[in-house]
Formats: sequence, C-alpha cells, structure tokens
Amino acid sequence: MLAHGAWSLAAALALAFAASLPAPAQQVVKLAYIDPLSGAFATTGDHALKHFQFAAEEVNKRGSAGGFRLEVVAFDNRVSPQESLNQLKKVIDSGIGYVIQGQSSAVALALTDAIDKHNERNPGREIVYLNYAAVDPDLTNSKCSFWHFRFDANSDMRMEALTTYLAKDAAIKRVYLINQNYSFGQAVARAARADLARKRPDIQIVGDDLHPLGQVKDFAPYVAKIKASGADTVITGNWGNDMTLLIRAAKDAGLSVNFYTYYAGAIGAPTVMGDAAIGRVKQITEWHLNVPTKDTEKLAAGFKKKYNLDWYFFRASTMMAMLAEAVQRAGSAEPKAVAKRLEGMRFPTELGEVEMRAADHQLVQPLYISTIERTAANGGPKEVRHDVEGTAMGFRTDARIEPYVSAQPTSCQMKRP
Amino acid sequence: MEFFLVTALNGASYGLLLFMLSSGLTLIFSMMGVLNFAHASFYMLGAYFAFSISVRIGFWPALALAPVAVGAIGMLVERYGLRAVHRYGHVAELLFTFGLAYLIEELVHLVWGRLPVDYRIPPELDGPLFTVYGTSFPIYRGFMMLVSVAMLAALYLALTRTRVGLVIQAALTHPRMVEALGHDVPRIFTLVFGGGAALAGLAGVIGGNAFVTEPGMAALVGAVVFVVVVVGGMGSLAGAFLASLLIGWLQTFSVALDWSLASALAGFGITLSAGSFLAELAGITVSQAAPVLPYLLMVLVLIFRPRGLMGTRE
Repeated sequence: MLAHGAWSLAAALALAFAASLPAPAQQVVKLAYIDPLSGAFATTGDHALKHFQFAAEEVNKRGSAGGFRLEVVAFDNRVSPQESLNQLKKVIDSGIGYVIQGQSSAVALALTDAIDKHNERNPGREIVYLNYAAVDPDLTNSKCSFWHFRFDANSDMRMEALTTYLAKDAAIKRVYLINQNYSFGQAVARAARADLARKRPDIQIVGDDLHPLGQVKDFAPYVAKIKASGADTVITGNWGNDMTLLIRAAKDAGLSVNFYTYYAGAIGAPTVMGDAAIGRVKQITEWHLNVPTKDTEKLAAGFKKKYNLDWYFFRASTMMAMLAEAVQRAGSAEPKAVAKRLEGMRFPTELGEVEMRAADHQLVQPLYISTIERTAANGGPKEVRHDVEGTAMGFRTDARIEPYVSAQPTSCQMKRP
Repeated sequence: MEFFLVTALNGASYGLLLFMLSSGLTLIFSMMGVLNFAHASFYMLGAYFAFSISVRIGFWPALALAPVAVGAIGMLVERYGLRAVHRYGHVAELLFTFGLAYLIEELVHLVWGRLPVDYRIPPELDGPLFTVYGTSFPIYRGFMMLVSVAMLAALYLALTRTRVGLVIQAALTHPRMVEALGHDVPRIFTLVFGGGAALAGLAGVIGGNAFVTEPGMAALVGAVVFVVVVVGGMGSLAGAFLASLLIGWLQTFSVALDWSLASALAGFGITLSAGSFLAELAGITVSQAAPVLPYLLMVLVLIFRPRGLMGTRE
C-alpha cells in the first residue's frame, strides 16, 4: 500500500514536471487517424497514415499552425463500420478533437452519423471529421454534416471529369463497369451510366458488375466475363487488393482493353500491372508524380527517402496545410472554432486555388487524368520524369480538368451549430 | 463456347486449390475426429514461410521446404497440444484449434507485420501457357493444377499402396486392433496431423503468390474449406475432391450469370413495383450472390443429404 502510494506520488510529480517542461507555446493538436492498419486494405491505410504523419511534420517544421503542433495518432478499424465506432469511442475518451478517415465510404457514413450525434449531445467537446478519400456523393449531399469536411473530389465529380475526357475518344464504343458492391461502388456505376448517357448516348454499356468488397480472391471469372462481353473500355472505382487483383487477372488473361480507373496509381497497383498497363490504364487524381510542382516534388523526394514509398495523396498535404491555416486563424485548436474557419476557406496550392465549399464542405480542386507510360529514362515521353514504385513506368498527364468542370450541384441542407 | 472453356479452366484451377486446402482437413477429421479450425492458419503459414524462403534461396526450394516446416509445426501442435486436451473430449479439441487459429494470426502479425508481403510468382512461371480463343491461360494456373493433381495422386498411392498407408487406413476404422498388432497409434495420429498441415502448407505456397499473402488470408478461406468438407462428406477424400471442383465451378460460373429473380419473374410477365424492399431483393443477380452460393449449397446438403456427397457417416 505504501509502495503504491509512493509510486503514484512519483508518477504525479513526473507528470507535473513533464507538463511544465516544454514551453506551453507549443500546444499539441492530436489528430486521430482511423483507418485499416490490418487486413485486406492495410497497405492503403498504412500508406495514407505515413502521408499524414509526414505532412504534419512539414507543417510543424514551418510552424504554420501558429503556436500549435499537429500530431497524428493511429487507430485501426479494419475497414469495418462497427469497429470504427469502437475506435471512435476510444478517440472520444482520449479527448482528441479531430478524426481523419478515408478508406471506405461505408465507414465514413457510420462515422459522420456517430460524430453528428456525439457533437449534438456534448457541446464543448465537439469532433471535426476530416475525410481524405471516402468519396460517396451522399456525404456532401443528403447526408451532409457541418462537422464533415471532404478533401477528395467525390465520386460524381471524378466521374464527371473522367467521362468528359472519355467522351472525346470516338473509338470507345462498348464500356464495361466493374465495381465493389457497397455505397461507393454503386455510386460509381450509377454516375458512369448517367454521365455516359448524357455525353455519349451511342456508347453501349455491355456489363455492370458489382462484386463483394475485399472478398474476391480470384478475378479470373470476372475478366473472362469482360472478355466475352466484347468491351473495349472498362471503368472501375476499385481500390486496395480489389484493384491489384483485378488488373493482375486481366494481365494474366491477356485482356487488352482501356482501363479508366479511380485508383490505378494507388499503392501496389502499378507494380502488379507491369508492362501490360502501358498506354492503356488511366487514372483520375488531383495530382500525380509528373505534374510539375516544385515544392511537392521536394516533399515527395523526402517521403521517398524516409519510407521508400511514393507520394500519392497530394490532398494529405493540402488537408494538413488548410487545417493548420484554420487553427492559426482561429487562434485556438478548439474543433468548433476551427471548423468555422475551414468552412468556405479558399487556399492557394501549387496547382491553383482550392475552395472548401461552404454549402456542403466539399473541396473543389483541379483534377488530372493521366495514363501509364514508360518513363523518359526508358524511352518514354520526356515529361514522364518520375517512375512509380520503382517500375520503369510513370504517369503522363492527358488532361487537366478545371474545378468548374467537375464541380457538382449539392442538395445539402447544412445544419450549423 | 470461348467463355465456357475459359471459365471452366478458371473454375477447375480454383477448385483444385480448394482441394489442396481441404484434403488435409478431411484427412485429419477422418483419422482423428478433430475438426481443425486452425487448418487455414497452416495454409497462411505455408504462404509466409514460402515468402521468407523464396526471397533468400528462391521459389523452388521454398516449394519443398515450406510444407515440411509447416508439417513439423503441425506435428508439434498435435504431440504437445492436441494430445494433451484429447482426453477432455471433442469440444476441448475444437476450442484448442479455434484458439490456435487466433494465436497463429497474432504470431504472423508479430513476425511479418500487418501488411501484405511481396510474395511473387517466380519469373519462369510468369506468362501465358496457351491461348484459348484469344484469352491466355497463365502458366502459374497450370502449375497450380499440376501440383494439386500430383498431390492427389501421391496421396492416393500413399494411402492405398504403402505399408504406412495401410496402417493409417486400418487405424481409421479399427484403432484398438491396430494397437494390439503393435503399432503406435498415437504416433500415427501425429504423423497424419503433420501430414494434413503440410498439405495446407503446400496450398499456401501455391496460393500465396497467386493471390495475396496477408494476415487476413486464413480467415478468407477458413469458412469455405469447411464447406468443401461438409459438402464432400466428412472424411472422404474423393468427396472433398468432387466438392472442391463443384464449388470452384459454382463460384466462377455464377459470376457470369446476370439473372435475377426479378428477370425470371419478368419472363412470366410479372413485374415488381420499383423501390419496394421485395423488388430490391429480387433484383439481386446471381453474379452478385456468387460469394454466398457455396454456403447455400452447404445448407442444402446438410438438409437433404447430411452425410455429404460421398461421406460414409452422418
């Protein structure tokens, strides 16, 4: 008992010292990263986590968050909405006021709902939700929330941009849609149908498959089906293992079609695709390694040096920089005050000004469509200076899509506190 | 025709991989009456061992060494784990293997991390083997089928033509008699358990690089392996073979079918009003339901033929 008392006294003293030692000028703002760090989507989750940690360090180095330091704390949700809610409870209990999440819109929908309820019931202890990749349009439309901010172009915006580009290619006649069977994949398929019907009514949709998320081991039967349909182009929003296994199966079967993808550049996919992808696989992103951007190139080089991984989520640094700016403007790390500053913020990035639209908290930003090509060092076009994942390939810009092209009207009726 | 042939080949290669996985399970069950929940974990261990060996000394040594290592672990598990809980009955054994599955998964997390490892197909097996109507069939899939069929043949010969095989078969039905004849039945059990684990390990070596080697891979196949064993008939090797192929084909062919209940009803001139719950349910196509079909098959088999396709006991 005595020992116990002495121990807690020592601990209390140590704590008091620890608290008094660093100057209070450097207050820490903790950001809870809730995403898969184990299971089928762990690779993507881990890749993004490293982005945020790196981007937060950059912000801290520059001191752009005023007197605050950003610190990313990781929570593993195994892409399960249920598990995410458990993790959210932990986040709430540890008093963290910011949640970063992006993998899977099913998780995002569960989180916005839970965070909304929590904030309503606990004024003064609000949580702000920074979404970097969950692109279900509903999150900024019918299910929009004041506490949710999306830094990625949503699925409809990406499809709008993608089909605007695709529609110009008269050689495309037969399109096949293959997507994951949940809110996001269904949204991709729906938007593709609607946009193509509007822009190119002559294009025939020869297949529309929805497969279970992260459960398919063998994509060979799907590829056989695509082949049998006579499609010349495949549109897919697949990500994680579902993307790499699909492309691998297509390569194995010698399927030669154009792939219009959301995530061909995401970690693992370029390595698996190999030469078969050259000139055929396209992606739509807000940036890629061969978009000329001086500062980001430097950042990417630093990232590569530290983790031996490619910088992929341009929006991770945009998000951290905008958050830092909001914290600085608010002069406090209090989530509600910061959310009010983030709303409607216009922010200069290397690619032009972006805007966190006040009406629905959707970031409006330029997008790039790019194709996998050989790198300049391997006889490819000279603008393909950087390779992806150490392969002899890199992305080459086909088109830059200005924000006004991809921006979509919103049906959001925002309830502000 | 083209589609049919390609899909049949894909289904067969997937089915054969399933067989490699489930043969060990059914063997262990028929010998020892133990439903080994950790079986898929041995499959995962096989893949990880093969990865670790192949980055050091190449894929071919891994093909031989990894199953042996997994088999050795299996034998240790039987000798020092299962045998100890055996006297408490089947429930204890079941719980033991159940716990073991979790333990192995955590161990894999500790040793290899939570991320998928870059376990690749060796370059000499990468590429097309032949082309069917313009669709190429990868060498590796052919290799998977070859290994699986060779394993089936070897297993069959070992069980029916060798002395050890005869003793094993005898121990299966008359353990007391075999013991009375001077054979060490517990040691045979250890051997069978190790052998079963080694077969799962072999499947891991082959399946790990064909798909993805990650800590969730055991959970992903764990359930479907039991379906194979139940459908084929508990303890029947031939049944497991048939059931594996059946499920392989069921899963690959069902992907191709865009029929739904709604379209079938429409054929009779019945249309459901859009938006209702019933219409949504009926609108699910066979291809969307593909992953559930093996389980549906299992339920049907359990209802109408509880001993499975070729099983001998209920």
